[in-house]
Parts: sequence; C-alpha cells; structure tokens
Amino acid sequence: MPRKTLKCLFGVDEGSRANRKVVVGHRPCPSNEEIIPPKFCDNRIVSSKYTVWNFLPKNLFEQFRRIANFYFLIIFLVQVIVDTPTSPVTSGLPLFFVITVTAIKQGYEDWLRHKADNEVNKYKVTVLEDGKAIQSESEKIKVGDIVKVEENETFPCDLILLQSHRDDGTCFVTTASLDGESNHKTHYTVPNIGSDLESLTATIECEQPQSDLYKFVGRMDIYKDSQEPIFRSLGPENLLLKGATLKNTKVIYGVAVYTGMETKMALNYQGKSQKRSAVEKSINAFLLIYLFILVSKALVCTTLKYVWQSKPGQDEPWYNEKTQREKDTNLYLKMFTDFLSFMVLFNFIIPVSMYVTVEMQKFLGSFFIAWDKDFFDPEIKEGALVNTSDLNEELGQVEYVFTDKTGTLTQNNMEFIECCIDGFQYKHRDARDELDGFCDTDGPVNKVQQKAGREKEELFLRALCLCHTVQVKESAEQDGLTDQVDGSILDETPSPEERGFIASSPDEIALVKGAMRYGFTFLGLESKTLKILNRSKEVEMYELLHVLNFDPVRRRMSVIVRNGSGETVLYCKGADSSIFPRVKREEVERIRLHVERNATEGYRTLCVAYKRLSPEEYAQVDEDLKEARLALQDREEKLTAVYNQVETEMDLIGATAVEDRLQEEAAETMEALQGAGIKVWVLTGDKMETAKSTCYACRLFQRNTELLELTLRTLEARGRSREERLHELLLEYHKKAVQDAPPVKAGITRSWSGANHDYGFIIDGASLSLMLSSSSESKPSLYESLFLQICQNCTAVLCCRMAPLQKAQIVKMVKNSKGSPITLSIGDGANDVSMILEAHVGIGIKGKEGRQAVRNSDYAIPKLKHLKKLLLAHGHLYYVRIAHLVQYFFYKNLCFILPQFLYQFFCGYSQQPLYDAAYLTMYNICFTSMPILAYSLLEQHIGIEDLLDNATLYRDVAKNAMLQWLPFLYWTLLGVFQGLLFFFGVRYLFSNPALQDNGQVFGNWSYGTIVFTVLVFTVTLKLAMDTRHWTWINHFVIWGSLAFYVFFSFFWGGIIWPFIRHQRLYFVFANMLGSVSAWLVIILLILLSLLPEILLAVFRKNHGSHARQMKHRLPTSGTSTIFMLSQTASTHSFSWSD
Amino acid sequence: MKEEGNLENRPSNTAFTQQRLPAWQPMLSAGVVIPGFLVIGLAFIGIGVGLLITSRSIQVLELDYTGTETNSPCNKCTTLPIQNNCVCKLNFTIDTLFKGPVFFYYSLTNYFQSQRKYGASLDYNQLSGDLTYFKSPASDCDPYRYANGKPIVPCGSLANSMFNDTFKLYQIVNGKENLVPFDGKGIAWWTDYNIKYRNPDYSPLENAFNDTEKPVFWSKPAYKLDTSDSSNNGFVNQDFLVWMRRAALPNFRKLYRRITEGDYKDGLPVGNYSLEISYNYPVKSFDGTKKATFSNVSWMGGQNEFLGIAYLAIGSMCVVMSVVMLIVYAKFRFPEDD
Repeated sequence: MPRKTLKCLFGVDEGSRANRKVVVGHRPCPSNEEIIPPKFCDNRIVSSKYTVWNFLPKNLFEQFRRIANFYFLIIFLVQVIVDTPTSPVTSGLPLFFVITVTAIKQGYEDWLRHKADNEVNKYKVTVLEDGKAIQSESEKIKVGDIVKVEENETFPCDLILLQSHRDDGTCFVTTASLDGESNHKTHYTVPNIGSDLESLTATIECEQPQSDLYKFVGRMDIYKDSQEPIFRSLGPENLLLKGATLKNTKVIYGVAVYTGMETKMALNYQGKSQKRSAVEKSINAFLLIYLFILVSKALVCTTLKYVWQSKPGQDEPWYNEKTQREKDTNLYLKMFTDFLSFMVLFNFIIPVSMYVTVEMQKFLGSFFIAWDKDFFDPEIKEGALVNTSDLNEELGQVEYVFTDKTGTLTQNNMEFIECCIDGFQYKHRDARDELDGFCDTDGPVNKVQQKAGREKEELFLRALCLCHTVQVKESAEQDGLTDQVDGSILDETPSPEERGFIASSPDEIALVKGAMRYGFTFLGLESKTLKILNRSKEVEMYELLHVLNFDPVRRRMSVIVRNGSGETVLYCKGADSSIFPRVKREEVERIRLHVERNATEGYRTLCVAYKRLSPEEYAQVDEDLKEARLALQDREEKLTAVYNQVETEMDLIGATAVEDRLQEEAAETMEALQGAGIKVWVLTGDKMETAKSTCYACRLFQRNTELLELTLRTLEARGRSREERLHELLLEYHKKAVQDAPPVKAGITRSWSGANHDYGFIIDGASLSLMLSSSSESKPSLYESLFLQICQNCTAVLCCRMAPLQKAQIVKMVKNSKGSPITLSIGDGANDVSMILEAHVGIGIKGKEGRQAVRNSDYAIPKLKHLKKLLLAHGHLYYVRIAHLVQYFFYKNLCFILPQFLYQFFCGYSQQPLYDAAYLTMYNICFTSMPILAYSLLEQHIGIEDLLDNATLYRDVAKNAMLQWLPFLYWTLLGVFQGLLFFFGVRYLFSNPALQDNGQVFGNWSYGTIVFTVLVFTVTLKLAMDTRHWTWINHFVIWGSLAFYVFFSFFWGGIIWPFIRHQRLYFVFANMLGSVSAWLVIILLILLSLLPEILLAVFRKNHGSHARQMKHRLPTSGTSTIFMLSQTASTHSFSWSD
Repeated sequence: MKEEGNLENRPSNTAFTQQRLPAWQPMLSAGVVIPGFLVIGLAFIGIGVGLLITSRSIQVLELDYTGTETNSPCNKCTTLPIQNNCVCKLNFTIDTLFKGPVFFYYSLTNYFQSQRKYGASLDYNQLSGDLTYFKSPASDCDPYRYANGKPIVPCGSLANSMFNDTFKLYQIVNGKENLVPFDGKGIAWWTDYNIKYRNPDYSPLENAFNDTEKPVFWSKPAYKLDTSDSSNNGFVNQDFLVWMRRAALPNFRKLYRRITEGDYKDGLPVGNYSLEISYNYPVKSFDGTKKATFSNVSWMGGQNEFLGIAYLAIGSMCVVMSVVMLIVYAKFRFPEDD
C-alpha cells in the first residue's frame, strides 16, 4: 500500500514512467497479470492561486516579497525597537492599510478565477457507469470513465473514441479552440469494439501525458469471451482532445485517458506569469532614486550631527543633560541608532500610500472598461471583461499589436462575391456590396453583360460543383435549401455554411454555395459518384475518377470526372499564379484584369480551368497516377510530377472571388492603430494568399505598398541553398527598407511616409524557423536584428503559416528587441493563447471559438473594433492618469519631507519632527489622498471623443513619455523648490516669533503647523491646477479635503485627548488662525509656490494647442498637394484620420 | 427583439459609468492670467506697502546683556559661579516716546529648545495635575526624574532649565529711580493658562508637593513661583508656561512682561532708564547670548520686515510678469485663445 501512494504522489515508477495503463470502464479484465489500478489526477482545472486556508500566509508572504512593502515593514520594526522620533503607529497604520487593501483586491481577483474554474469543473457531463448514463460534473471524471459527448459539446477531457453515432465509425471534430483550425477533422473509433460498451472489457496502455497536440501512441487490449486479447494500436486519430468540439455527429462515447491538468490542453497552457507594466518599472526606478535621497539625507544629518556636536558646548549643554544610559552607549552604536532614527524620520519620502492608491486606482479604474457600453455586443450580450487590472496603463503604451487573422480580423465566414466567366463579370445581387451600381432586378443569375455563352456558364458552374472535396451534411439535407433564402439572417442556429456542407476549407463551401445560387446544386458524393442538380432541375451524375489534392506548393487542385456521356474531363482550380502558366495565353488577359481587381479589394480569388481528356490520354494519366500512388519511395514527388504533367494546356473558364468577411470596422480599427503609431503584425496559421488578401482588405497593405516576401516560395527560387538565399534576401530587403529609406522622423504620420514608400513584410513559419535556426549557428542574432530592423520600417508585417508557439516566439523576439517595445496580442482562439500570454498585454476576443483566449487574456472584448477605444481612449487616459499619479505622489512627499529635513539644521540634528505625529500619519492617508485618487480615476485631459477622432494623440504618450527622467526631474525640482519655499518662508517669518497682536510668541508646533498648512493647500491646489476635467466628484474631493484638513486641525487641537502623552497641538491651529501674519505668510507661500506652475501652464497650453493645431492643419493641406501631384491615382484613398 | 435579455448584461448607461459626467474644463488662457496677475500683483503691492509701513512704525529697543565684552556692566556676572544673585544694571535712553503698550521680551541665541529629547523631557500628566504622576514621573523625564530618591515635580529637562533671570525697569527722573510697573499677566497662551496646565486640586497647594523634589536647577519649588498671586503659582505660572512653549528656532524671543499700567500705559516717555537684571542664567558655556527687548506690537505682531518685502517683491513680480505677457501676446497673438 505505501508503495502505491508513493507511486501516485510522484508518478515515478519503472512501469508508470514509460506508460500509463487505463482500464476501460473500471471493469477488471481477465488478464494474467494483476493490475494495480494506479491513481491519476482528477479532472479539475485549477488556475486560481489561493485557497481559503492558505490565502493569508501565502498572500502576506507574496506581498512582503515586494521591495516596497518589505521596506515599510523594516521601518516599522525599527520604530518598534529603536527609540525613534515618531511612534510606530505613524508607519504601521498605513502599512496595515496597504496590506489589507491589496489582500482584498487579490482575494477578489482570485475569487473570480475560482468562479471561472468552477464553471469549467462543474460543467455537466454524462458518464456511463455499468451501462447506465449518469449525470455528473466534469471535475468528477476519472481516468477510465466512459464519457458521452453530444454534438457541439466540448470534450471534458482527453478521450479515446470508442463509439460514434455515425455508421462509419467516424466523428467530426473541430479543434478551433486548440490550434485555431476551424475545419472539421475526422477521428476514428477503435475497430473491433462492438456495439456493446457495457460488456466491453479492455485496457489501454498509452504514453505519459505530453504536450504535443498531434502526437499520441497507445495500444488497446480488448478481451472478448475469454479469448486471447485483441491488440489494437491507437494513434492521434483515435484521441479526442479536451477543448475540441464535437461536430456533425449526434453522440459519441469515449474513454478518458488524460484528465484535468494532464490533458494536452492543460499541458499546453501553463499558468499565467505575473505581468508587470512599464509604469511599475518606472515606479521602482524612481523608488530607488528616492531611497538614495532618503539614505543620503539620513547620512548627511548623521554626519553633520557628529560634526556639530564636536564643537564644545554643543553636544551636551547644561540644559539638556544626557541620561546615564546615553552616556554609556558606544559611540558607533549611537551613530547607527541616529542614522536609523533619521531614516525613520524621513521615511515618509517614500510614500507608503502610493502603492495602495495605485492599486486602488487600477482596481477601480478597470471598472470603467467593464462598464463601457460601447464594448457591449448585442450579439453575444456581453461587454468587455477585465481579468487583470494591473495593466490598464499599459494599454496606452502599446507599440506593437500582434493580431490573429481568423476570427479576429475576419469573421471566418466565407462568402461568394462574384465570378468572372470568360472575361465577363457576374455579380450576385447583394445589398451590402454595390460596386458597379447596376444590377438586374430578378433572376438567380445576374448577368451584368450577357455575353458569356450559356455553354461556358454551365461549364464554369459545373466545374465549381465538381472540383472540390466538400461533403454534404446528411442531417441538414431537408432544410438545406431553405437556408439559402435567408442566408444572411443570423439566427440562433449555426449559419447555413456550417450546417449544409463540411469541408476542410471554408472557401470550398463558399464556392459550392456560390454555384448553388446560380442554379447548380451539389447533392453529394455517393460511392464515387458526384451528383449535381442542374438549372433545369435535372440530376446529373459524374463518376469521380481521381482527386488531385491541393497542396500549398502547387496551390491548385483538380478532379478528373467522367460525365454521363462518357467524356472524361479534368477540372482544376487554383491560385492565379499557378493556373495562368498552365492555360492558353490568349485566355489569360481577359480574366487577369478581374482577378487583380478582386485581389486588391481583398477578395480571395481562384481561377477555374478545365481540360478534356481523350480516352487514351486518360488511360495514360490513370496509369501514371496509380503507379505513383503505389510508389514506396518519393511518393510525394512522383505524384506531384504526374499532377504537373496532367494539369497543362488547360482552358481557362473563369475566376471566382470569395470574401472572408472582415470583422466590423476592422479596416478602420487597423487604420486608427497605425495612425496612433502602432505597428500591426498579423500572425496567422493560414495560407499566405488568404492572409495577404485579408491584409489588403483591412488596408494594412495598400496598393502602393511594396511587399517584401520571405517565404518558402521566394527562398526556393534559383538553385541556391535556402540559407544562402535567406541571407541574400534579408540583406536586400534591409538595404531597401532600412538603409535607403529616408530617416523616419518622430511625429511624421503614416501618410507622409506613405507618400514616399510603404513597405509590407511577409514571412512564413518555415522561413522564420530557418532564419532563427541559422542565426543561432553562425551569426547569432544577426538575421534576427536584420529582420527586426526591416520590420520596424514596414508599416505592416504579415506572418503566415505560424504554429501557436511560433506566434509566441515572434512576440518574444519583438518584446526583447532594442528599446523593449510594449507589445499587445489579440486573438480569439486557443491557438492564440501562447501569444496572448507572451505579450505585455493580452487581449482575448469573445469569439465563437471557445473561451480559452478569454480566460488567459488580460482583457477580453467582444469584437476587434473595440480595440480602438480600448487603446486610444481608455489606455491613453489610464496612462496619463497613473503617470500623473506616480509623479504627483513622489512630488508631494518630497516637499512634505524636505522641510522636516531642513529643520534638522535648526534643532541640533536631534531628529525633532517638524510636524505633529497626527499630521505625519494623516498627510498621505487623509489630507492628500482623495483628490489624487479622484483625479486618477476621472481625469480626461483630452475628451474621449477627441482621443478617438485623433489617433495621433496616442503618440504623445508613447514610450512612457510622462515617466521619463526629464518629467521626473521636473517634478522633483518642483518639490524641492516648494519644500525650500515652505521652510524658509516660515523660517524668516519666525525670525520674530511674536506673531500675534497680543505680543505672544509662537513655538515650534506653530511653526510646523504653518508649514504643514501651506503644504497641504499647495499640493492640493497644484493638483487642482492640473485637473482638466472637473466633475462634481473632483470639486467635492478637492475642496472637501481642504475643508477636512481645517476641520480636523481644529478638532485635533480643540480637545485634550485622553491616553495621549503630549497635548502638543492643543489650540495651536486656532491660535495660528488668530494671527494675521500667519494668514499672510500662508497666502504668500501658496501663491509663490504655484506661480511657476501657472506661468508654465499658460505657456505650455499655448505651445501644446499650437502644436495640435498644426497637426490638425497639416493633413488637409498635405493631402491636397499630394493629391494634385498624383492625379492618376484617383482611387488612392488618403486616410489621415478617418 | 429580445430587449429583456439584452438589458441583463448591458452595462448601465449612467453618466458616471460611461465617464461622461458633466465637467467643467477650465483653461488658463491669457485672458484670465494677465488680468489675474495684474490684480494679484497690485493687491500684493498694497498689502506689502501696508505691512512695511506697519513694521517700520514698530519701535524696537534691544539690549544685549550677556556680558561677554569686558566693558559691559554684566561682565562681572559671567565670571562668578551660578546662583550668586549677581545683579547688574544697564542704562539706556529713549529719545522719542516709545508708544504703549510696550512689550518686554528676553531673547536667547544658540539655545536649542527645539532639541527632540529636550523637548520631550516632560510629563504632561504631572503638569495637568495628576497626582499619581507626582509619585512616578514618566520615563521621558530622565535624567531629571528623581533626585535624592524623590520624584522631581515638574520633572524633565525642559522644566528644569526654566529661564530665571529677573528684570526690573526704572526710569531715572531727576536722579531718582522710578519703578516702571510690569504686568505679568497675559503673556502665556490663554488656553495653556486656563486649560492645558492645571495645578493639582489641593489646598494648600504646597501639600501636593509633599515627598517631591524641586527641579535641580530651580532655586525654589514650583509652588513658590509666585507666592503673591495664587492664580499664578505652581504649574500655571505665566513665566513657566512661556518657557514650556518651546521655541522653534535656536535664536528665539520670549515674552517676559507687558507695560500696561500707571503712567506708562501709553508707552515709555522720553528719558533715561535703567534695567536691573538679576543675572542667573548661564549661556556662556554654549556660546549663547541674552538680550532684553522692548517692542510695541501692531496687528501683524512684532516687527518683521520680511513679510512686507516679500509681498512687495512678489506683487511687483506679478505686475511685471503680466506686462511681459501682455507684450508677448500682443506681438505673437495666439489665435486659439477663444
């Protein structure tokens, strides 16, 4: 028994290390060897950090790991242990407050994670137990359970498919949420299982869990009627992965092999790492500066104290004798204690409450994202979701956006737009798209120019109907036809494209549907016979002889069919570039025009060609194909050779244009992002052509964009080795885009540089890995830096054929490049998760492909178009707010503590606090905290509308502009200036301390109170001056804080407080207000402190608005001049700020 | 179509959640700033002139009696050991009427009442008349907590070092010395005298101090500070209270007496005066000085030119600034000032 527990604890056992053994349905099998049922982890997904029990210790530990908190803890302990000028309460109380608030916030966020986990873990599933279907919860599934999954459900764990509702023992699965491939994949049941799952006795032996989605090796032993067990090998085609969705199959049964955190999905998505924003890094840098200031202040004071005391009579004047203990203390120990005391006295310079205010600002501020009704999508009835509030301000700093294509940029809904037959354009009437303006009113076929012969038309449509690998979905046959009528209406059921047909590529479905519109309906493939319904409602039968599969190198596919009259025809469709060389030259020109126009409009174009094969020809082809298929060596090459040989001298019939509909406002959003100075990279697993056309459609690439291509195709050119060619191309592109390009000046917007030259870069996954691997060998990171430099000079970069991990690799590469730019990844599928986790900010789209991306993202939005407001308005505002908050906090504490430091010169370096302990404690917590919090939540230095209208405003805060050293220096100098002013202003007033008209004098507490009053008013009014957006809350909080200060001071000084040893402030404040001189000096100092600010504000405002006006004006004039210069390019759209 | 379902998750459309609260967006434009500066500048100049005139009108007479110079009459006292009841006299002349009421201050320099340990060395509970603390003073009072085995009341360095020079002012009229009456009332804060500091509720006061020791440097116990006036005795002695309110800076001035009575109600008339000082307080050891100061006060307190000058300077700066800005604006005319 102990051995068993050990085994389940460590999972290390000579047997279990290599394989795991699963007993199907937990039924003991009549095997010779006795199987100890090993223990596997349960099917719970845990993404939360804490439990109720470990929350307190774990959270406290994590909080005190932060330098700042640890520092405050030390200060607090010093105050408790050493005799220091201020009581431990002054720093203990704020620290307690900070820790509590942070703990509450983190607890709340973890509670949300618990809730999300529960949603998955409590998902209802059906488990077969002794033949009975039992409703259970997902988390209770154990390895070996037989699980029933119905159509459109996701698999709750990794299953081996045992039985499918389909007759042929297959089921269809979409792994869109795992790897982003939205096509239906076929999985197979294990053969020889039989229909009776109840009596099935079998064991499965399979490898230990591993993260590769496409690898699985296993073996199933089936025991039947006490015969020898039958062995069946298992492969990935038998494994249904957790997270994938069952499609087009009513119900399946499978046995769980990997559960919970051992599923391939869970192994692929490791826990979220803590992301820290650039602002936080700046805070830490500033913190170090202030820590340095603090230590040097304490050192200066300690040194001066001992220098000063060395003068006779100063150390121990007769009126201030030392106690015996003090006299006995070792000098160095005394020095050290003094140093610590000074540290404690000045420790307020590092604002404890800044952290709590920052945390609160982030936490509360993030609600504005969730609340924003512009992010509400009526379709999914949800708004934005904030998973972490730590990165709000990072949204205002984004320099690179990495976007997924499918489902993010596009809706992944293909639609047949138009076709061109024999050079004549056919355009289906569609209210959404009226390019040419004249359309026929009725009739299924809209012949724009009735010139293409009927024969050609039908040939073309037949080609569309025949040349594909589409399957018809059986269950939907009866309502397949009605769907076409209301095809564009979205209702609860999945769209007709998904329902009627199944294909590996959505384009094919679109084409088949397109043919259907024109009267040719594909009815299905039955035992090698293709059936189509033609215009005259007759069923035509074609015998399918050969399918010449699509592959990305040939970029075309063909079918060879024999029609009713015995004719053998080859139909071929493919990319224009691969078809044109293989058809008769004179046919090309008529169609090329259409194809090119369609391509620039962002449609995916395909050309269709055909070829009649004579019986002899066919016989030859047939023989060649069969031979090639049977070849044992180089089968692929041989097949390709035959294909290429057959697909020649065809007749071009026409071309099609299919649109992958873009997300709403995708182009506008991309344009706005580029206007904001953000570089957009499209990372997709899709083919280059489709991705490219999407880029054109979103206007990432424009007509005049020169494309630099680094793909297998360009690498393969000429007989050179790929590495050489890569090197050559990189250097060439670098020369073109980097060296020859005019130096890009900051602030020049896209259209200006666009007037010169726009570059777009295209790279595919294979080239990327080639580049990365060859760079690691010979010239480390040379290629990488070349690549990055090229990309930096391109307006858009397209990376296609990317594996999920490669996406993350790219993000990482850019993230770590020079200047460490802030990156943002946006995606909707699980294949984007790695990139979402890698980037500084990860955005999930609440798309159709599951919730993986949303759960791993930092922010989730319903649509791509919401990204614009999220970045340009929310991000910008959050950044400005928090940057100001940080600077203001350091500033207000500097001018708070500087007078206290200066006072040491006037009190014999005795660590005498200038302010009362109550003021020291309350300054940051009560008197000055609320206005800055309100500011940091509500400030809109520029209105939201303006921010959205002028994307260029985003550049103003780029590169952490408000937290650079220069602004920091400015704020620091301001703090120093004001601190000096406060102290010395009052100091000169106190050259005669008789300040009342009754001749009485003021003491040290009056001194401190006057300074403190000036301080509180000045820093609050400084904030008031910075506030551009005064809501009633700002008014309330700013004037309320000042009133509260006055009220508190009266109250604090108005009562003899019990349990307090010194009634130091008794009536100090009231007496101060009784002195005209005190009033006058307070007014004077406040005004004088703010004077430079007022002047600067006036000049800056003029300067700023001047510049902004310039920006406003330039584009209009610029557009017109360029426009006049390039009259020919009439379609050239000038996109400045629309 | 499905309004209910839509509304369920839809964020509430309030001005606050949509960040559309009505807001006032002030802009510091030239149209506001230039006149504003001008007005503020002129107001400050006005106040500054007023302050300066007031300050100038205040008469101050300062007499250093430290006695470091050998020709000073108090020089003899500095060499003698402390507590020798040394008395010295300073003669001075007043040329113009010193307008009343005249305030008499003593000043100390290089004296750090602002030292932390020194300032904290007292027991407020004692001083508010709590008898339990007469028995066991707070530990802050060290090293003046116990003496001869008995608790010191009032304990601590601050009380122990109370200023104990006394002054008498005579006007010399025809060779005769006329005593100028000093008023010792109202020199401490009203709240200190009436509320903050309390004698123990004991009669006679002396008995409360049984089994206690007077502060080491004091010549008489607290209950004998002013035997002539019971309301000015013990802890509520005005001189004691003045001393206990710590000065902020090492060079300070404290109010000693007012001259408000008799013939001198309207001020000190022209003539020769003699200030008799009983010199008890040693300052030489820490290079301090002692001064006696006569001053009258105005609405702004004692003489202090700093405020007036500062107001004048900043006022004129504002005016100059507004003129400069006006010129700049007139020249460059920023058009966007709407």
